[in-house]
Amino acid sequence: MSAVTSSAPKPLLSPALMATLKVLGIFGAIAIAIVVLVQSGAMPKGSIGHKVLAAPFIDMWDLPDLLVQTLWEGLVAGVLYALIALGFVLIFKASGVFNFAQGIMVVFSALTLVGSYEIMTQRMGLPPGTVVAILALIIAIATMFVLAWLVERIVLRPLVNQNEIIMLMATVGLTYFLIGFGEYIFGGNPKVMITAQLGLPVGQTQFNILGGRVNIQHLDVAAAVIASVMIAGLAFFFQYTRIGRALRAVADSHKAALSVGISLNQIWVIVWFTAGVVALVTGIMWGARSDVSFALEIIALKALPVLILGGFTSVPGAIVGGLIIGIGEKMGEGYWGPLFGGGIETWLAYVIALGFLLFRPQGLFGEKIIERI
Amino acid sequence: MMFKKLALGATVAASVLTAGFAAQAQDAINFVHNTYRTGAFSGSGIPVGDGTRDYFTMLNNRDGGIGGVRINFEECETAYDTRRSVECYEQGKAKNTILYVPWSTGATLAAIPRAHIDKIPIFSMGYGLSASAVGDVFPWVFNMPITYWDGANAFIQHVAQQEGGFDKLRGKTIGLLHLDAPFGKEPIPILEALAKQHGFNLKLYPVAPAEMQNQSSVWLTIRRDRTDWVYNQGWGAMNPTAVREAARGGFPVNRLVGVWWAGGDDDARPAGDAGRGYRALNWHQTGANFPVIQDIIKHVVDRGQSLSAKEKVGENLYNRGVYQAIIIAEAIKNAQAITGKKVINGEDMRRGLEALNMTEAKWAAAGAPGFASPFRVTCSDHNSQSAVYVMEWDGKAWKRLSADIQPQKEQVRPLLEEAAKAFATSNAGWPARTEACQNNS
Repeated sequence: MSAVTSSAPKPLLSPALMATLKVLGIFGAIAIAIVVLVQSGAMPKGSIGHKVLAAPFIDMWDLPDLLVQTLWEGLVAGVLYALIALGFVLIFKASGVFNFAQGIMVVFSALTLVGSYEIMTQRMGLPPGTVVAILALIIAIATMFVLAWLVERIVLRPLVNQNEIIMLMATVGLTYFLIGFGEYIFGGNPKVMITAQLGLPVGQTQFNILGGRVNIQHLDVAAAVIASVMIAGLAFFFQYTRIGRALRAVADSHKAALSVGISLNQIWVIVWFTAGVVALVTGIMWGARSDVSFALEIIALKALPVLILGGFTSVPGAIVGGLIIGIGEKMGEGYWGPLFGGGIETWLAYVIALGFLLFRPQGLFGEKIIERI
Repeated sequence: MMFKKLALGATVAASVLTAGFAAQAQDAINFVHNTYRTGAFSGSGIPVGDGTRDYFTMLNNRDGGIGGVRINFEECETAYDTRRSVECYEQGKAKNTILYVPWSTGATLAAIPRAHIDKIPIFSMGYGLSASAVGDVFPWVFNMPITYWDGANAFIQHVAQQEGGFDKLRGKTIGLLHLDAPFGKEPIPILEALAKQHGFNLKLYPVAPAEMQNQSSVWLTIRRDRTDWVYNQGWGAMNPTAVREAARGGFPVNRLVGVWWAGGDDDARPAGDAGRGYRALNWHQTGANFPVIQDIIKHVVDRGQSLSAKEKVGENLYNRGVYQAIIIAEAIKNAQAITGKKVINGEDMRRGLEALNMTEAKWAAAGAPGFASPFRVTCSDHNSQSAVYVMEWDGKAWKRLSADIQPQKEQVRPLLEEAAKAFATSNAGWPARTEACQNNS
């Protein structure tokens, strides 16, 4: 049994673009139908149809500032989801394994950052400030490198060429190890992210536009910029460099990659280290929004619908998927949530992903695999 | 020769150990206490666990236990997971615990149908099933000093005070931001009743446990609804996020009022300056300025036997743990006095709890003068519906803001009784109370 990528004649428009156009077309048709229904009086105010199909859009029209704010929040959330999803995609591409430990890596890296800052300022008496914070950042990055190296040595190397499910179970084991180890070292107490010390901007700017106000958090801007730069950098790195090509070779077949002299071990360390750094950035951004605690692990679950939507192997898929899920769930929760009593965004993300899957079962940018039997 | 020595050593060691265990089993009161030092809710679970643990360690160190019997205090880790809480209940049962302290409303609901069978009283202090305040229906469950329904009632009273009277509530929008779990949903019925009575719009803002740290859309909805006041029935990582998001979205934090479980120092602190003005209900004092806390520092913390950092001793949730421990210790004393036994069991403990009468003098005798309001448990009232006050975060510590607010018992109690009755009817075979009342209650 072998798996090959389809090589049908290239269509005029890429399949992803076609799918997007199809979806947009359907939405456009629905929108026109709604306007006709409301105008003709077939859908009176207060009816279910009006509440679901018309009222939310009237809300958007009446309060444009809130719409802009919602879109902005969705965008920021989307970029952050994309970042989490990216961590999964990198490892999935290189080792064909769904890294169950990605969530706890977010917690562990953020705890290392804040924890080492605390130790240096409180126990070693170093002056609190940017210098120590940068030092803590370097320690956290170094720790993620050591972790990547250890994972390769202890977990992955003995399991080369094993069944994927075995690799998955190994990452489950890694999760429990990191939870216990993290609690042992840093304790379960929540910690405050050292946002300002790291030189990240705090505070907000309020724009009085569209007859209302739009608040833009400086941290959110920084998060969006940093995440975008990181995603772009990684996409470039894995698309155009030698190591990137090696990575894709490894993703296709461990054996084939080994036979042409690619060092599997080296690739794995690089990929896990990169995923660790992505986890650290994720931890800093989410930690700054609430606190740094083991609850952050749950945030990683937000990546699942993004991965379903974007495909497990596609970096652009993670980005576009993240944005669609982020904006989609914030809009959904804000405008349609009250109809369901609120709190719908958790499952709405999956519904959005499933909606797209109806049109593209392999995900937006996933590879269409044809298995020859 | 060598073997003989080894065998002899082993025998001696074994007999000493057995004797030790036997002595411990005879002369100690076993108390298995649920905690969560791990998981998503550890931020709230750790200080509470530390306060309770340190108080009993202090009693053992200072007084040799209670009534001359050491308290064999043991923690059972639940990670705020109901399934693991049930395992902890079973462990406690196997170890003859005198009391089950669930520390989660879900875990309380799971234990309520078992308590009267296993003869283990449940103490869900200020949480759990509100209706279990009705001792006639729930003789084995205690939830003093206040229920979530009273809390929500006190919150509405506070809003009315701030707005200038109950008549000013008409047309206002008041929101309940709540964890989408049994704990978070508890105050909904009373708020609905109050909304009808005073004519305000009640809006519900559930936060799924998976979205605790991702609340931006909830706060956008709050902004769109132009909600005037928000009552936060949150726990764990949900609280610091709520305070931050409120500030981010431009919602005035002094109109965000937390239930007593949303009043941790670590709930307000991470927001920094933006958290100044955040409010929460409370029913005991904060700070280390009480003889009992000083004794804990002297006999436990300074000896290196506490799991808490010294600067956290006296924080709000730490003191909550101490408050709970003082009440439990009083109930143990009661049980010893009633039965004349030194080592009591669950049945004795139930009687001790039902005979609780925490007068001002009792609080003072426990080294906590003025620490909390006096309250009294009776056979039919297992709660006492005591007063709360509103405190405000000043950026560094909690400061008292309001006078005591007495929940409107005449309004809440009938609803509690109704709910208790409904519980007994919907759970077929719920036993009628057969446990005798103590003379003094």
